[in-house]
Amino acid sequence: MNWQALVHALFGEAHTMERTGDVISGTAELQGQTLTVVGTTDHAAIGVETALAQAKVILETVQQHPGRPILLLVDTQGQRLRHRDELLCINRYMAHLGCCVELARRSGHRVIGLVYDQALSGGFITSGLMADACHALPEAEIRVMRLPAMARVTKIGEDVLEQLSQTNPVFAPGVVNYVAMGGVKSLWNKDLQQCLQEALADPVITDERAALGAERGGRMLAARVIQQVLAA
Amino acid sequence: MKLSFAELSARERVTHLLDAGSFKEILGPGERVVSPHLAQLGVPFSFDDGVVIGGGTLKGRPVLIAAQEGEFMGGGVGEVHGAKLVGVLRRALETRPAAVLVLAESGGVRLHEANAGLIAVSEVMRALLDVRTAGIPVLMLIGGANGCFGGMGLIARCADHIVMSDAARMSMSGPEVIESSHGVEEFDSRDRALVWRTTGGKHRFLMGDCDRLVEDDMDEFRDAAAALLGESKPLTLQGLLAEHAMLTERLQRFGDCSDAMEIWKRLGVDHPEQVTQMEAEQMQHLMFERTMESA
Repeated sequence: MNWQALVHALFGEAHTMERTGDVISGTAELQGQTLTVVGTTDHAAIGVETALAQAKVILETVQQHPGRPILLLVDTQGQRLRHRDELLCINRYMAHLGCCVELARRSGHRVIGLVYDQALSGGFITSGLMADACHALPEAEIRVMRLPAMARVTKIGEDVLEQLSQTNPVFAPGVVNYVAMGGVKSLWNKDLQQCLQEALADPVITDERAALGAERGGRMLAARVIQQVLAA
Repeated sequence: MKLSFAELSARERVTHLLDAGSFKEILGPGERVVSPHLAQLGVPFSFDDGVVIGGGTLKGRPVLIAAQEGEFMGGGVGEVHGAKLVGVLRRALETRPAAVLVLAESGGVRLHEANAGLIAVSEVMRALLDVRTAGIPVLMLIGGANGCFGGMGLIARCADHIVMSDAARMSMSGPEVIESSHGVEEFDSRDRALVWRTTGGKHRFLMGDCDRLVEDDMDEFRDAAAALLGESKPLTLQGLLAEHAMLTERLQRFGDCSDAMEIWKRLGVDHPEQVTQMEAEQMQHLMFERTMESA
């Protein structure tokens, strides 16, 4: 779904969303409540500018609109793969975005992530995955790497990977795998406005994704290992 | 005698960094908490899943510590590896040590467990920021041959402080990945001098992306870490506004530079070509003089 259609499905005409480069941002009304909406489109490569522009919107919301909920819209091909970005320390720019999301949460803002198209690798870690909870459209794609490329890098046969991916969600692309592992809280496969309202009403405060992954059977060890470390 | 951080294993680094005999490992190799996913793929696994965690003392003060083993899967973060990092950070909220030390050496997400690794990196980030907010400093010590890349580079930049050796590298995407994506003209991954001055400790130090620069020596890492115990930088609106202003200014000031030496020149380093030969201590003086000039 393109961002205009998504925003229309979520808010009708009640929004000020605009696109600047690959960044989309604005405010929207939902049942009398104003939200800040920010994200990227066109499978954006997240570079230093894109990370900074999103961080700015979040910081301004924290500064000027205490408590206003924030919706992060995710569509990215991952971090920008350029020498210049590395020279400028792109990981610092991206981490800054993640820290801004964290600050917003701590300052009393609800932060909801939504993968509406594709979320690849590093581009997703410091936005949607830093939200209180991240959701996805059923047709969205989430992955680190496709199986053929993964087969080349790991030197494991593609057939082996293909077969194992039927039963183990741990490496293969696919939004359902991220649901099973607790990284994505839910798929929004009904009225989108209602889904967003429910997500905003959800009382999430702490990071419970490891427990969710165990409960759903997709990530059996993480929660147990964390508990073992705490109990040691 | 100088003991190289880079040449030691993760467990040896922990032993030499902390006070002698003080380290108590949690979920050590004897407990056999291994990755079931690697076994399923027929790939060799490790009894500690490539990360050593536990507690001890540093110059008499209690600390928690995690050290990634770069020799095992490049220090890649998988499900168990990531959960051990999250666990040690959450434990800090209960035991309130003088710091959590993370000896980071990692290429980022472990591809064999890519989805679990990606989620785990964000879980580590959130757990780390909880610790930071609680006023307990998280110190990243980077000095391994494999550098600190990908998701681990993101985690590093969430910490209170970063200490690097001049041989260490910190970045997001590896030069090989950038070269394979945009060609050798974009980033020649075999040009070691270029790779080093783009991602290496000295460049990161001159830019302020790492707080301390040390020689590749365990004692120097130990002294640098000890000096930062209790030095907390909690996440605040003021702090992030300042960070935002700095990053915005950096982009305006250096966004058109195509090489680190251009940046160093603009930073006021008179002889950028000599930076390669400088000792870490000379670098500290260089920075100190610049700070005095601008003050």
